[in-house]
Amino acid sequence: MKIGIPKEVHAGEKRVATTPDVAKQLQKLGFSVAIESGAGAAANFSDSAYSEAGVEVISDTRQLWADSDIILKVRGPQMHDVLGIDEQELLHKGQTLISFLWPAQNKEMLDSLAARGITAIAMDSIPRISRAQKLDALSSMANIAGYRAIVEAAQHFGRFFTGQITAAGKVPPAKVLVIGAGVAGLAAIGAAKSMGAIVRSFDTRPEVKEQVESMNADFLLLEFEEDGSGEGGYAKVMSEEFIAAEMALFAEQAKEVDIIVTTALIPGRPAPELITAEMVESMKPGSVIVDLAAEQGGNCALTEPGQVIVKHGVTLIGYTDLPSRLAAQSSQLYGTNLRHLLTDMCPEKNGKLVVDFEDEVVRGATVVKEGEISWPPPAPKLSAAPAPKPEPVAAPVEEETAPGVLGPLLIFSVGAAALVGLGAVAPPSFMAHFTVFVLACFIGYMVIWNVKPALHTPLMSVTNAISSIIIIGALLQVSSGETWIMWLSGVTILITSINIFGGFAVTRRMLEMFRR
Amino acid sequence: MPILPSGIVTVAYIGATILFILALRGLSDPETSRRGNLFGMIGMGIALVATIFGAVTENYALLIGATLVGATIGLILARRVQMTQMPELVASLHSLVGLAAVFVGFASFGDPESHFVGVEKTIHDIEIYLGILIGAITFSGSVIAFGKLSGKISGNPLILPARHWLNLGLLIATFWFGAQFVEQSAAGGGMMPLVIMTGIALLFGIHMVMAIGGADMPVVVSMLNSYSGWAASATGFMLGNDLLIVTGALVGSSGAILSYIMCRAMNRKFLAVIAGGFGTTSGSSAGGGEDQGEVAPIDASETAELLKNAREVMIIPGYGMAVAQAQHTVHEITKKLRSKGINVRFGIHPVAGRMPGHMNVLLAEAKVPYDIVFEMDEVNEDFPNVDVSVVIGANDIVNPSALTDPESPIAGMPVLECWKGDTTIVLKRSMATGYAGVQNPLFFLDNSRMLFGDAKETLDGVLAEL
Repeated sequence: MKIGIPKEVHAGEKRVATTPDVAKQLQKLGFSVAIESGAGAAANFSDSAYSEAGVEVISDTRQLWADSDIILKVRGPQMHDVLGIDEQELLHKGQTLISFLWPAQNKEMLDSLAARGITAIAMDSIPRISRAQKLDALSSMANIAGYRAIVEAAQHFGRFFTGQITAAGKVPPAKVLVIGAGVAGLAAIGAAKSMGAIVRSFDTRPEVKEQVESMNADFLLLEFEEDGSGEGGYAKVMSEEFIAAEMALFAEQAKEVDIIVTTALIPGRPAPELITAEMVESMKPGSVIVDLAAEQGGNCALTEPGQVIVKHGVTLIGYTDLPSRLAAQSSQLYGTNLRHLLTDMCPEKNGKLVVDFEDEVVRGATVVKEGEISWPPPAPKLSAAPAPKPEPVAAPVEEETAPGVLGPLLIFSVGAAALVGLGAVAPPSFMAHFTVFVLACFIGYMVIWNVKPALHTPLMSVTNAISSIIIIGALLQVSSGETWIMWLSGVTILITSINIFGGFAVTRRMLEMFRR
Repeated sequence: MPILPSGIVTVAYIGATILFILALRGLSDPETSRRGNLFGMIGMGIALVATIFGAVTENYALLIGATLVGATIGLILARRVQMTQMPELVASLHSLVGLAAVFVGFASFGDPESHFVGVEKTIHDIEIYLGILIGAITFSGSVIAFGKLSGKISGNPLILPARHWLNLGLLIATFWFGAQFVEQSAAGGGMMPLVIMTGIALLFGIHMVMAIGGADMPVVVSMLNSYSGWAASATGFMLGNDLLIVTGALVGSSGAILSYIMCRAMNRKFLAVIAGGFGTTSGSSAGGGEDQGEVAPIDASETAELLKNAREVMIIPGYGMAVAQAQHTVHEITKKLRSKGINVRFGIHPVAGRMPGHMNVLLAEAKVPYDIVFEMDEVNEDFPNVDVSVVIGANDIVNPSALTDPESPIAGMPVLECWKGDTTIVLKRSMATGYAGVQNPLFFLDNSRMLFGDAKETLDGVLAEL
């Protein structure tokens, strides 16, 4: 089948759905690949680079759309200014379109795609399960957005991120607050941290605390018990008391920090407003706020989507195209995500795409199948969120050891009774030996626990040699007048000497090898 | 008449006892262990000299001849044995102790000079009976263990139908013949029940070890070590000799502690191991085998690349390293990496290999310095900081389902948590399951890479790329 990659038509969009590297690997799956001339130019992939990778470069947009069986795009279909028609009209029956589609927000588009009899796969609807991580384009893009947010903040921030003591005086480090420690938030933390800033983070989901701390950032704790983990690893709406406490925390932090990055999103809802106009006003002049939720209304009351504005001396960055501002990187990651998806959907590696609804990932992402709307998908079986499972693991072990008080007591009393019984009938000579025996067992117990596990093998060979002290029994008998006893003792002496000499010698050999 | 008076002999025995205890104590550290071994040899020398001059009156030629032949064989064995064959050697030496206990027991029973009467006679008979019983079990069990370890007998557990009933029957028969023996011995006979019991004990030893599978061998070897001690102790009671009693007790408790440590390391009950047939009773050997996802293979040059770019490397060896004789290549790789300033360490699981401490001896043989070889408990918390873990021929000891899946046959067994590191490279011949028959989810994790092939060959490849 033929894969076609048209040039993105959205104003300012620099990404492209396939890089030359990815195209090579797609061809290994048996697909042929064609690209619209200039599609990769904005991300610094030239037409010639694609040609070298074996990709056919087509300059006629209509021809590309008409010839391809599979269309790979970044943004969903929209008005094509040059041709003067909507991209949807270029699609024909039997084609497959793979791109970001946001079916929940674009119901009408879904209907019209279905009417065209195509199959549409939405990269934003890939279920969040472990197996699908390699094709999770949302995470890839969020990662880039988080990184770029810090780069943008640095651009507009008038000072160093890292603290320095210079000949010209001391420079304090910048303080960065990252709200929402999802993929984007963590990427922002990592970028800010590596530039030397002091980084704090807040999230309503307590389980991310560990992840934040693993990146050497501080996790801000709220004195409040409520778990904000919703389905699929996303956050959910919190109670009113919680939000009040949270806002108080932000108000306090706003006075102190230099840079705030907000990434708080709740699926299917407008972004929660976390930074009020008063908080912005309370920030130090020259501070920067990067609002990654700008497209969904913004976490900051004053953000203007797509714009950089200065209010109360604070720079508010509301770019909605952060991944596109790192076009080469995001094209490469997005292209790789697409390739993983196509690899999964082309199990025979024969260049044929199979839309298998048994496959949970494919089922979840397919929003239109051969002209029929298949969205929303049935709920996925597994969630990527760590469900509260770990507790039952420890439980069965405890149960086994719990009823243990009676056992030892019973053994102890049986043992004591046996000893008393033995003492009652046995002659004194036996009891003397028995005393020695019991004491020796205890000495052995004490001594052996100190042996290093690394020396367990030498321990066995040396105890083996020592236990051949049984030779004494044979020595006591070898002078016997009975011939058979004499010979039996002779044989015993022979085999125990093998043991004594062999055991000590091999132990010596082994111990010689243990060197620093 | 003996040359030495009995008081002097007793003093010599006390000296020997102390030296033996010091010998075991010396093993608490590699630095003092060599001196400890020397103490053991001196103690043994003192005990032998004292006994020879204190008890032997005749047949010196036989004594000297037998000792010389035995010593020659022993020294040759010790010199020739490969370090990978240590478990076999130890098992075969155990069998000799068991056999010696049987012989001494019979000789003591036939000794015309013994003149016990009444209760003392009964106790002495019971001591002989026990000494021979334990000795015979040790002997036949060790012979089978030797066969299994050296591959002469299949390592798979042999599961006879109704084997628990068979064991019980043998046990009851032993008691019954014991009673018969004491009764007949009082009347002057008793040889017949003694011989029959010896036969039963031999059968019991064979059956017991046959039912135990390959990876439970550490427990079996240390258990037989323990038995050989108890056999010596029983012989000591029989002869009224405190040196034998003490030494036997030391060795017996040593083996018992080792068995306990091994069982704890597998989270198994000692009785469950001895009853044998692991994996057959739990029934769900295929459990967790369904749709695990796919594994990501890696080749030697990529492995070398990963290792070169790491700062912390953890090597986890298993029985597969011993089989492939890869320890020398592992050491070469370790040297190369350490010369580049990479911190390479070894993490050893207590039951890795076929004998307690097996991996340590192999690494020591390859001249890996022992201060970079660590126990599981010492390194398990460090894994989050490890960049690359290399698992060589190990499976169950790195299985995360032991901690996460309460249904798993190995649930609760402590394992090396290598998956917490950045990348885990697993060297394996194929995707076959480990000894416990449990699928290992580690192989399917996103941060695991599989390096298939013979451990020695693939590691040689990695070494060439470094």
